[in-house]
Parts: sequence; structure tokens; C-alpha cells
Amino acid sequence: MRPETEAELADMIASASAPICVRGGGTRGVHLEGGVLETGGLSGITLYEPGSLTLVAQAGTPLAEIEAALDAEGQRLAFEPMDQRGLLGTSGEPTIGGVVAANISGPRRVSVGACRDFMLGVRYVDGAGAVVKNGGRVMKNVTGYDLVKLMSGSWGTLGVLTEVSLKVLPKPETAACVLIDGLSDADAVQAMAKALGSPFEVSGAAHIPAGLNGHPVTMLRLEGFAGSVAYRADQVAGLFGGMAVRVERDPDAVAKGWAWVRDVDPFHAQPGDVWRVSCTPTGAAVLASKLGAEALLYDWGGGLIWARVPEGTDLRSRLGAFDGHATLVRGSGQAKFQPDAAPIAALSRGLRARFDPKGILNTGLMG
Amino acid sequence: MSLVVNFSLAYSRILVISFYQFGGYTMQMPTPDAKVLSRKAGIVARLQEVLPRDAVISDEMETRAYECDALTAYKCPPLAVVLPSSTEEVAAVLRVCHNMGVPVVPRGSGTSLAGGALPTADCVLLGVARMNDVLETDYENRFIRVQTGRTNLSVTGAVESDGFFYAPDPSSQLACAIAGNIAMNSGGAHCLKYGVTTNNLMGVTMVQMDGTILQIGGKHLDAGGYDLLGLICGSEGQLGVVTEATLRILPKPEGARPVLMGFDANEVAGACVADIIKAGVLPVAIEFMDRPCIEATEAFAKAGYPMCEALLIVEVEGSPAEIDEQLALILEITRRHNPVELREAKDADEAGRIWLGRKSAFGAMGQINDYMCLDGTIPVSELPYVLRRIGEMSKEYGLDVANVFHAGDGNMHPLILFDANKEGDLELCEAFGADILRLCVEVGGCLTGEHGVGIEKRDLMVDQFAPADLEAQMAVKDVFDPAWLLNPAKVFPLAASESRRSVALAAE
Repeated sequence: MRPETEAELADMIASASAPICVRGGGTRGVHLEGGVLETGGLSGITLYEPGSLTLVAQAGTPLAEIEAALDAEGQRLAFEPMDQRGLLGTSGEPTIGGVVAANISGPRRVSVGACRDFMLGVRYVDGAGAVVKNGGRVMKNVTGYDLVKLMSGSWGTLGVLTEVSLKVLPKPETAACVLIDGLSDADAVQAMAKALGSPFEVSGAAHIPAGLNGHPVTMLRLEGFAGSVAYRADQVAGLFGGMAVRVERDPDAVAKGWAWVRDVDPFHAQPGDVWRVSCTPTGAAVLASKLGAEALLYDWGGGLIWARVPEGTDLRSRLGAFDGHATLVRGSGQAKFQPDAAPIAALSRGLRARFDPKGILNTGLMG
Repeated sequence: MSLVVNFSLAYSRILVISFYQFGGYTMQMPTPDAKVLSRKAGIVARLQEVLPRDAVISDEMETRAYECDALTAYKCPPLAVVLPSSTEEVAAVLRVCHNMGVPVVPRGSGTSLAGGALPTADCVLLGVARMNDVLETDYENRFIRVQTGRTNLSVTGAVESDGFFYAPDPSSQLACAIAGNIAMNSGGAHCLKYGVTTNNLMGVTMVQMDGTILQIGGKHLDAGGYDLLGLICGSEGQLGVVTEATLRILPKPEGARPVLMGFDANEVAGACVADIIKAGVLPVAIEFMDRPCIEATEAFAKAGYPMCEALLIVEVEGSPAEIDEQLALILEITRRHNPVELREAKDADEAGRIWLGRKSAFGAMGQINDYMCLDGTIPVSELPYVLRRIGEMSKEYGLDVANVFHAGDGNMHPLILFDANKEGDLELCEAFGADILRLCVEVGGCLTGEHGVGIEKRDLMVDQFAPADLEAQMAVKDVFDPAWLLNPAKVFPLAASESRRSVALAAE
């Protein structure tokens, strides 16, 4: 199925009785039973107003097309969506609908917010075939319930997105990266907390226990106008007297380094399952030490742990009870999403039954 | 439906009196459930069993203190008021009300301009004011956990001596509670850079109508499953009672500096805002005032503002050198728009005077006349057009409008001036306000940017949403509160929610 219009999509879902697997670009590693419904026919930027920091696009619009349009006006998607093709070994073109459906955010999430924080409005077709809109295209909108947040990250299980409306931000003039070499995971987490707790607007804080040269490196990113970035990079470097601190001031090298973190490059083409653990930042090193991981990467100041573990590892039992959640990004044999506490699971089931009464949308995903 | 309800109102006390005189009081509320009213003594007795004696108020003189919120045009004392001190007490109260089929209206500090905390005669009003402790402060992980009766400003107050702050800053922040901020997804003057409540909320403890206590989110980022936290924020107390909240706190910037600019036309000021944003600067605030507002505030606060058609206050943050860098760009853009005044604050005293007039604007307007305050949001690019149209309509209606608002994010607060003692002026003002809100929706905006729907814009929801859109929202309430007992008369037009509310009644 590949509808060309929202109305066509609504008809298809209204008349469907068997499971449907919703697919944007097919790059996020979702393999389910059921007829594939491709959103690629619903494509194109509907509206882009740089002066309003607003972009509206049909859900099947390739992410690359959106990023090119924004780039031409010196703007960007500030939540820095990762490209999962390298990590998952998938091909195809990521779509904006896929990014929203999976609430895909990158390293800048720690400072500016997630994809869902930049979502202003949605149109979608629910599991009964009804066309629904929520939110709009303005930055402040409290008119009714916020289904925009609910739809973001619901992985197509509550409805098929047809159009999304996003807040975009100016691209900074330049960027720099403060690098600290040789820190233990625990010390790195402390250093990142110190940097993120400073007034210098650190827009990325990651630690790689085995960097490009095999040694640990901690990365702290600054972005903005040239004078400001130079000043803040010096200030942040100055927080870590006595440590092996360097400052990378070539914006291209900085961009490359952070794309490497964003897309979890060190895990590409390496064997094993890949997990994504969201946790309290300062607890990250202790938590990670329980995982028996073959490789680790800390982002969000420690609030996000990427772990590569032997195939079939039951990571959740190793984690035990903790403040956060673990998602299986690559691999099988374990539930992809963290099981919820009973009352939360009951609410989720209730929402799903209401939004997808026939139980046909991405069945088997999200519990 | 009366035009009275067709726009966002914030009445001065004077207006409220004339409002009744004009007979404009037309907002419908559901007929109180006679069975609930007749069982008052039994309900109060059950509540007294689960709460300390002083936490249940049922005397009719005392419940009057809770008869309205900041939308003072509408008043109705509740059946009883409860003031629990813990999540467990909230759960106990809700279980009692759930079992006895009694509606519950949650209340933070009662500062809603939309009637979000307006009671019904058959409800138990649940106030969280006694729950105002700081439970945990963690600077390394940049969060604070509080009970939700705590006021917005006192959250920042708890962390500012350590160099942190809580970003959302609604203008009622001295009084408004975090519970209400979460219910309404409150904004403030600094949203352009820091976002609104939903962008700064990490977790909640919430009690469902049946007494179930939920932990949603926490000290980590994002949801493991559905984003229920995002759904709860802004749900106007209809999905549960939020008793505790984990809030993101931020390190305070090194400094901030405002610049004041005057223009000879509203459109030019609007175009200047769009150009500043397009140039890649993200000021922390862009505030807008037009001539009627400038004149009123000058007379009231004597801030030394230039007499011109439109005035912008743009504030940027950072170290002194960073501020210089941003302001240089902003001033260069501004000069291209031929400002009649361009004033950079050289010290704290000048910065204070630049903000003085803006901060006294609402008080100043109240001195010269009655006014109504609207809360629509528009795309920023439409500012010049919307301001021009408001100007044209102002002439057609023969009523002055003072525009003062957060221009950076398009959240407008036009104040329509009128004389409540002049016959016909109120009706004229109402029609004008309705036209302005229609204009906001027409250009791609919305009815309410930060005040909420409450009862005030409830019946207007059909103008922004199709039946299927409302159905999807009401389906969410069905899941969280199947009996529709929590704040049931709000947000949705009564006709749209009637079948759900009546099923709930019949099931008693």
C-alpha cells in the first residue's frame, strides 16, 4: 500500500481488517507482520516560514529534503535526529514522519530538548480511518489536550502520521569542542555534570571509553556566534585544570565528531545487540558497569548510555530496578521497549484500544 | 451562544460588576447532580474519615472563599473543599469521591484566567496549597522535585542562591502553583528560548480519579513507552491530580541586557522582529508595546519611553562580550528599519528603567479604563498583517486597543479598552474581541497560547477543531477517568461531552 493522499490513506485504513506495518523510509529497523503501508507517497514541504521558525511537511517527506531546505535559510532541526542506517545496516531514505513517530533525537537533546519538544502539530489517520488534527503551527498553543506529544514516539501504533509541524532554529555561526583525554567513566560523568551545570550553554556532552585511538575521550560542545564560542570554549576548558584538555576549533571537525557520536559510529558493523538506556546522568557509570558490555558510549552527560552486548543478552535483568528505561535498538529476543508498571501499562493499553480499535497498526510493537 | 464567551477575557473587578448589570452572564454549566447535593452530609462525613479535621471545609460561608478563580465573572461555591497534605491523602479523597460518584475540581492557587478551577455546586474542590515542600534538589543532574502546591517563583527561589533557576515564568508567578502550571502548560516571557512548562517537566506523581497513584517520568529524559507526561501536561486537571513534579532547572546565565527600540508604525516593528529571528539571533525575550500602551504606561510609571507608534524591548543573555556581539547584530538589523529611538542599557539602572514600563503595563491600562485581555497566538510572520488588521478594526469599532505581548513567539495579549458605564460599549468590545480571535485562527494561529481553555473558551473549541479532533481528545479522558468525574465541565463544549457525562451519571 502506498497512498498518495491523506484521504486515500484514510480509506485504506478504514477498510483494512488485517495488520498493517507502517513504514516511512524503513531505516529504523521495524520488522512486523502485516501488509506494508508506505508513507512515501505523502511527500513535500507544505509550508516553511523562516521568520516564524516554522516548518510543516507531509510525513513521508525525506529528512534530507527538509534539512536541505532549512540549510538554505541558515536554519536546522535543533534536536539533531540520528541516522540509524549505519548502526542497523538498513538502507532507504529516513522520513520526517519516521523521525517523529520514533521521537528520534541526538546529542543536543540534553540542552534543547527532544524531537517531541519541537513538535507543534500533527495530522494523522487513526486505526479506524478517521483523520485527526492536533496542535497547529504556532509556538504557544494550549488549546485542548496535547496529542502531539502522545503521537511523537508512539511508533505508528496509535495512528499513521500524515503531516507534521515543527519548530526550527537558526544554525549557529560556528562550533567548538572541548576534549578531555583519559578520564574514567565515573570521572567523565562528573566532568560532564560540571560543564552542563555551568552557564556556558554546553550543547553536547559525550564520553567514549574507547575513542578513535582506543583511549577514552570526553567531548563538550559549544555553539553560537564566533566570539561567544571562543569565549565559552576557553571558560569550559578552564573548568578542568589539571586534566588533559584540548579545544577543537575547526567547525567541520566538530561537526564530524558529533555526527560520529549521534550515529553511534563506533558500534557500526560490530557484532552484538545494541541497547539505549535512558537514566539519571550521575548514576550512569555505576549502571553501565553492571551491563557486561563489549562497548559503551555515553551521551547527554551520562543520561543516555549506548551499550553493545553479546547477542541475546537480557540487559534489563542486569540493570535491575532503576530510574529510567532501556530500549533494544538492534537485536531480537528481548522486548524492544521497557515494560511499564502495571497501572501505566493499563493506560497505554486503553489508549491503544481507543486509537486503534481494530488492533491493526504496527501490531506487536510497544507491548 | 453569547458573544461574551467568544474570546479570552481577563476582567477587572469593575468590569465584573457591569457584566452582571448588562446581563451578559451566559456561560452554561451542567445542572448540579441533585443526588450528590442531597448526600452532602454523608460525603463530608466520609471525607472527614480520611483527612484531618481542619482539611475538610463544608460550611457555606467558608466554601465561598473557593467560589472562583481569576476569571471572577463566574462564581459557584463547591459542595465541599478538601486541603490534603500528601499524595496518600489525595488518593484517599479521590477514592471516596470516585466511590460516591462525586465530581472533583482540582485547584492550585486559583489564578486561572480561563476558569480552570471554577467549582460546580456538586463538586468537591481539591486544593493542593498545603503541599508546597521541596522534596529533592540535585544540581549535578539539574532537577528539583517539589510538591505541586509550591508557587512558581518559589521554585526558582529555592535554587537561585546556588546559581540556578526554573525557566517558565508566567506573569502570575508570585502566586500561581506548579500544579496549575502543569494543568495549563503555562508559558511566560522567556518561552522563545526556554520553552513552556511541558519542555521543562521531567516527571510527575499523579493520582487517578480512582485513587491509583502513578509515577510518570522521573530523573531521566524521555518516555520508555507512550509520552503520557506530555499528554498530562496541559490536560487542565481532567486526567488526574498531579501532587509532585520533577522540574528541569538551568544554570543562570552570566548576565542579560535589554535594548529598547521605537518605530513609527506597528508593521515596521513586526517586520523587525521577523528579521531579527531570521538573522539567527535568539533573544531571550522580545516584548512589544504599541502607542496606546506606551502612553498609558508613561503616564503611570514614567519610565521615560519615547512617544511613538510601537516599541520593542529585546533582551539577550551571556557574558558582557557575548551580549555586545548579539546586540551589535540586532542593532544593525534594527537600523535598517529606521527606528525613531534606539536605546541600549548601559547599566543595571537603565536596564531596570527599560523594563519598568513593560512590567507596569497591565496595571497602567487598568488605571485608564476597563479592558479585556486576549490570548491568541499567531505565526510571527503574520504580526505586521494582524497588527494592521487590528488597527483597522479598532477604527471600525471605535474602540482603542493596546497591544502588549510576547512578540518573539507570536503569543498576543491585545487589551481592548472600553467604558463599562457606557451603554453598548461592552457588546461592541465583545464583538471586536471575537473578530480578533477569528483573525488569529484565520492566519494559522490558535485561541489560547498560555491561559488554557477552562470554561471560557470551551464552547469555541468547535471553531478550531472538527468533531473527530475533539473525539480523539475526549477518548483520552475516557481512558484516564472513565466516569468523567474530574473537572468534567471544562475544555470540551458541554454538548460534545454530554453523552459521556450523562453515562457517568446514570452509572451511579
